[in-house]
Amino acid sequence: MSTSRFFGPGEAGPNATTDRGGTVFLAIVALVAVGVPVLNQFVPSSSPFHLSPYAMTLIGKYMCYAMLALAVDLVWGFCGILSLGHGAFFALGGYGMGMYLMRQIGTRGVYGNPVLPDFMVFLNWTELPWFWYGFDRFWIAALMMVMAPALLATVFGWLAFRSRVTGVYLSIITQALSYALMLAFFRNDMGFGGNNGFTDFKDLLGFDLQAGSTRAVLLAVTAIALGLSYVACRAIVASRAGRVVRAIRDAESRTRFLGYKVETYKLWLFVISAAIAGIAGALYVPQVGIINPSEFAPINSIEMVIWVAVGGRGTLYGAAAGAVLVNYAKTVMTGAFPEIWLYALGALFVLVTIFLPRGVVGLVRRQTS
Amino acid sequence: MSLPPDLATGKILYLEHVTVSFDGFKALNDLTLYVDPGELRCIIGANGAGKTTMMDVITGKTRPDSGSAWFGRTIDLLALSEPEIAEAGIGRKFQKPTVFEQLTVDENLELALAGKKSFWHSFSATLSGAQLDRIGEVLSITNLLEQRRQPARSLSHGQKQWLEIGMLLMQSPKLLLVDEPVAGMTPQETERTAELLLSLAGDHSVVVVEHDMEFVRSIAKQVTVLHEGHVLAEGTMDQVQSDQRVREVYLGS
Repeated sequence: MSTSRFFGPGEAGPNATTDRGGTVFLAIVALVAVGVPVLNQFVPSSSPFHLSPYAMTLIGKYMCYAMLALAVDLVWGFCGILSLGHGAFFALGGYGMGMYLMRQIGTRGVYGNPVLPDFMVFLNWTELPWFWYGFDRFWIAALMMVMAPALLATVFGWLAFRSRVTGVYLSIITQALSYALMLAFFRNDMGFGGNNGFTDFKDLLGFDLQAGSTRAVLLAVTAIALGLSYVACRAIVASRAGRVVRAIRDAESRTRFLGYKVETYKLWLFVISAAIAGIAGALYVPQVGIINPSEFAPINSIEMVIWVAVGGRGTLYGAAAGAVLVNYAKTVMTGAFPEIWLYALGALFVLVTIFLPRGVVGLVRRQTS
Repeated sequence: MSLPPDLATGKILYLEHVTVSFDGFKALNDLTLYVDPGELRCIIGANGAGKTTMMDVITGKTRPDSGSAWFGRTIDLLALSEPEIAEAGIGRKFQKPTVFEQLTVDENLELALAGKKSFWHSFSATLSGAQLDRIGEVLSITNLLEQRRQPARSLSHGQKQWLEIGMLLMQSPKLLLVDEPVAGMTPQETERTAELLLSLAGDHSVVVVEHDMEFVRSIAKQVTVLHEGHVLAEGTMDQVQSDQRVREVYLGS
C-alpha cells in the first residue's frame, strides 16, 4: 500500500493524492506563463485582445507578490510563525538583483565609470566596496539573491527559535529586524545607494530591459518560478515533515516530547521561506525597474500577512490568490480614491478575521460542499 | 537505537531512597519502589502524595536530591535526558490528552513512530510495510480503526486518551507510565480503558496513577499507596484497603 493512499482524503490538512485547488492554481499559472507573453508580443496592438506592456508588468508584479505570499503562508499557515519581517527577505533578494543590474550599466551611467555605479562616484568613492565584488557575474549575483535572505533567516531564526521566542514576541522582533534594515539601507555610507536605492537599469544577461520581448520572457520566468515555488512548498507540507510542522503549530511541546527537534524544523522552514521571498524580490526588481529602502518598510510586511489572511492561510494557493486579489484592489483603489486605501485595507483585515477565518478559500469550499 | 533494559536482576524499574524537595517541602521522601516486567501496577495516594513527582523523576523531568533510579540493571535514569529516557523505552501519558487535533488519527500515530526524526529525513520518509502494519495493530488495540482517517479533534475525550496511549505504543516502550487515564470518562469508556490497560500488561510494564478506586480495583493486582512522598503500603487491593495506616491517612476512617 502506498503512503499517499494510506493518508487519503482527510479534512484535516493537505494530502498527497487530491490537491484540486493546487491543480487549478498551477493550470492558471501555466496559462499566464504562455498566454500573457503571446497576447503582448504576437497580438497586434490594434486588436482588442492585445495586452499592454503596463498590464503585463502589473501581472508580473502580482506574481512576485503571490510567491511572497506562498513564503509567508509556509511559515505562518503551517507552523504558526507569524513573521512580520518577510519584506526584509524580499528586499534583500531585490537588492541582490539590483547590484547585478547596477554593475551591468558600466560606462553607460551618467558619470561613465566602468566599475563604480553612479551613486558611488557621486559620493566621491574611488573603489568598489568588497561586498560588491563578483556582482558583475550573474551566477554569483543569483547565488546571493537566494543566499543573503537565507543566511539572514538562518542567523535570526537560530537565535530566535533556540531561545524559544514564539507568538507575538517573535512577530515583534521580525518587525524590528525589517525596520532596522530599512534604517541601515537608508544610510548612504552603507554602500547601497541610500534612500534613492538603485534604478535606471539597462540590461539583464545582455538583454535590453526596456525591450518588450525581454519583459515578456521575464514574465514567463516569473510565472515558472511561482509554479515551482508552489510545487516546492506543497511537497514540504504534504510530506511527513509537513505533518510534523503542523503538529508543532498545534502542540509544540508535545512534538518535542515525541523526539522531534522543533527548533530545527522551524529553522529549515523559515530559511526555505526566506529563500523563496528572496527569489520573488529578485524577479520583482527588473520588472518594476527600481529598488530602494522603502521595500523594507514594516507596513509592507504587514500587508503580506493580510494577503495570506484574505486568501486563506494554510492553503498555499489561497495565499497566492489573496496576494493577487488584494493587490488588484490596491491598484484600482489607489488610482480612484488614493486617500482611503489604507482604511480599506485595515477594514478588510478586520472583516476577514471576524467573518472569514479561513479566507476566500474557506468561503469557496463552503459554497461547493 | 538503545539497548533494551537488562532484566537479569528481576525488576524493570528500581527507585531507591529517592528524595526530592521543593523549597524545603519534601515531595518525595526516601521513596523506594520496584516494578516487575510485564506488571500492571496502580499507584494511589492523596493530592500532594508525590505521584506526579515520582513520574517526573522516572522520565527525567525532575532530578532528585538523592537516591537512585535505574531502568533494568544497567540504565541509570538519572544520567539520561528526557528524550534519551523516552528512547530507552519509557513512555509517559500525561493527564490531559494532547493529541494533534488538526492531524488525522493515522497521522498522529505516524508522527509517534520510532526512528530518525530529522527534517530532511521526514521530508523524504514514506511508511514501510512493517510500519503500516504496526499502525494497523495499534489502531486495533486502541479500538480506533474506524476513526483512522478522521482528524483527532473530532474524537471523544475517551478516544483521544486511547489515541495518546496508541502514540506511546508506536514507540514500543517497555514501561508505560499512565497518569489518571479515566478522569472525565464515561462509564463505558472507563470499562474500555480498563480492558486496554489489562491487554497491554504482559508485553509492557504499566504503571497507572489513578484516583478512581473502582477503576483501580477493576484492573490492579498490585497497588502501591503513597503518602507524603513515601510508600505507605503495598499489596493487593484487599490487603491495602484493610491496612490500618492506609485507612487512617487515605481512606479516611
